[in-house]
Amino acid sequence: MVRRVRGLSDRAIAWIFVTPTILLLLAINIYPLVWTVYLSFTNYRANRPNREIEWVGTRNYERILSDEGVWENLQRTAHFVTFTMLFQVLLGFGLALLLHKRFKGHGLWTTLILLPMMLSPAVVGMYWKYLFDPQIGIFNYLINGIWDFGTFSMTSEVALAPWAIIIVDTWMWTPYIMLLCLAGLRSVPDYLYEAAEIDRASTWRKFWNITLPMVLPFLMLAVMFRAIENFKMFDLVFELTSGGPGNTTRLASIDLKELAFDRWQTGRSSALAIILFVTVFGAMNVFVKLMNRVKAR
Amino acid sequence: MSTPKVLTPTESSTQLKWFAAIVVIGYAAISLIPIVWIFMTAFKGTATAISYPPAVFFDPSLEGFVNLFTTRSRQSAEYLAQLPPPETWWEEIVRQNDQVIAGPSPFFGRFLNSVIIGFGSTFIAIVLGTMAAYAFSRFKIPLADDLLFFILSTRMMPPVAVAIPIFLMYRALGLSDTHAGMIILYTAVNISLAVWLLKGFIDEIPREYEEAAMVDGYTRFQAFRKVVLPQAATGIAATTIFCLILAWNEYAFALLLTTNRAETAPPFIPNIIGDGGLDWAAVSAGASLFLLPVLIFTLFLRKHLLRGITFGAVRK
Repeated sequence: MVRRVRGLSDRAIAWIFVTPTILLLLAINIYPLVWTVYLSFTNYRANRPNREIEWVGTRNYERILSDEGVWENLQRTAHFVTFTMLFQVLLGFGLALLLHKRFKGHGLWTTLILLPMMLSPAVVGMYWKYLFDPQIGIFNYLINGIWDFGTFSMTSEVALAPWAIIIVDTWMWTPYIMLLCLAGLRSVPDYLYEAAEIDRASTWRKFWNITLPMVLPFLMLAVMFRAIENFKMFDLVFELTSGGPGNTTRLASIDLKELAFDRWQTGRSSALAIILFVTVFGAMNVFVKLMNRVKAR
Repeated sequence: MSTPKVLTPTESSTQLKWFAAIVVIGYAAISLIPIVWIFMTAFKGTATAISYPPAVFFDPSLEGFVNLFTTRSRQSAEYLAQLPPPETWWEEIVRQNDQVIAGPSPFFGRFLNSVIIGFGSTFIAIVLGTMAAYAFSRFKIPLADDLLFFILSTRMMPPVAVAIPIFLMYRALGLSDTHAGMIILYTAVNISLAVWLLKGFIDEIPREYEEAAMVDGYTRFQAFRKVVLPQAATGIAATTIFCLILAWNEYAFALLLTTNRAETAPPFIPNIIGDGGLDWAAVSAGASLFLLPVLIFTLFLRKHLLRGITFGAVRK
């Protein structure tokens, strides 16, 4: 059989399809990145643009890496990312499996569960501060209706605040993981299950050999994007706790904002930004390799 | 006596469906409490919104919505007494608090900006993203893995860090505080998600479909448009919603890069100040109204979102 090639060649289409995206990203991202790298070696202050820029070598990096507070912030950020991802994967994947049973009205409930993530994170942060308020908020009111804990404040107690931001983020973004898992479940072709049925495979085996391998690439994609977002989390937590009480919810981006826009140490904040970027870059490099291995299986 | 129903392999038993429904509805009910509370607070009026204990039953009032759309000034009793009686219901609501309407608030203009920037950038990100995802999925592109990782890495810089260089760059290009500038920026932020997600979806579509179409005389481009795109509808719908949600609600760039012409609603809504603190009724009214376009858009795409992909024709 001779296949005639008509229209544009595959090579031409590949370039036409990929080039606009790459050009746009180069234009928007390369200049800020190069500029940030350059400033991280200077003592530039954005509120004094006329002052002469002085090259300070690696001093900004040395000062950040020897600062105990920065390490504590990174640990807090890691704690936040780890627990939000853990809870969201368990809840999101679980809900997706249940919704995939296609009970009556599952479409309506899927849409309703998506609602929290449609809100603006800044509004969500602000709003949960109101819900968590020990006087006028509804959260304590409902919790104390189940079990009387007395007066407590989720956002101003040192032991509770790190969990308050995890609760709110999980409430908001579990639907994200759920929706992508659901899309993955929907993409499992029926004939795979029919074939398994002929082989009399158990429910557990079907889950392990068919469902999980088909859903895992989507689940991992969802986790990857949520983890990146949460590593640089700013608006929700800033509006909810502003990093307090003390420094207990001070995540990396909140630190960055304070350095850059409250203390105006642009050089140092640039160095911190590059350190954060390299950390995420390295972590994601490992994660993507893992993801490719799962996909190839 | 009825005979037990014979299930096909992909159908679930009735008990299992009941169990699934109960757990899902339970989760939804709990997670919807804050949303319902926002809708309720929008109709509570400024004073009732901060009552203790929190009010569950109340006389509905449109005060929050009036406050959202107007700026007001407080006046003395003598001044109010010599005014003609209020002509409209919103003036009446304002007058009850010893205030008069001074003018419209910026909310409506910012809402329009959000519509233009949010939907515009989502549309471009999806078009470009689908094309790139298809190319990465189907063709041998040199350094494909590195290019994909570069695309992903553009998402890793915190907005707080790149806001200043982007501001300087935009000022030099005349793009600062313009709709075009924000659309380009949000497209760039979203395109990494679009490419990666859509590549995931397109990878799942068997190549046999396009190859069969091309044997029948379609060009590669026609096969992409008429065979792959319809098959990828679920993925495109889901990706569109994710991109729209991010662009619609983006806060840090909007706060740091726009001052007037292109300012969107998210930095405005959580900061509506009333007498002695936040005006929670107005904030809730704003949050509720701002949620609606995304909700309507999601309902509009729901048919595609929930459709299963059926690969009946191609069996291996």
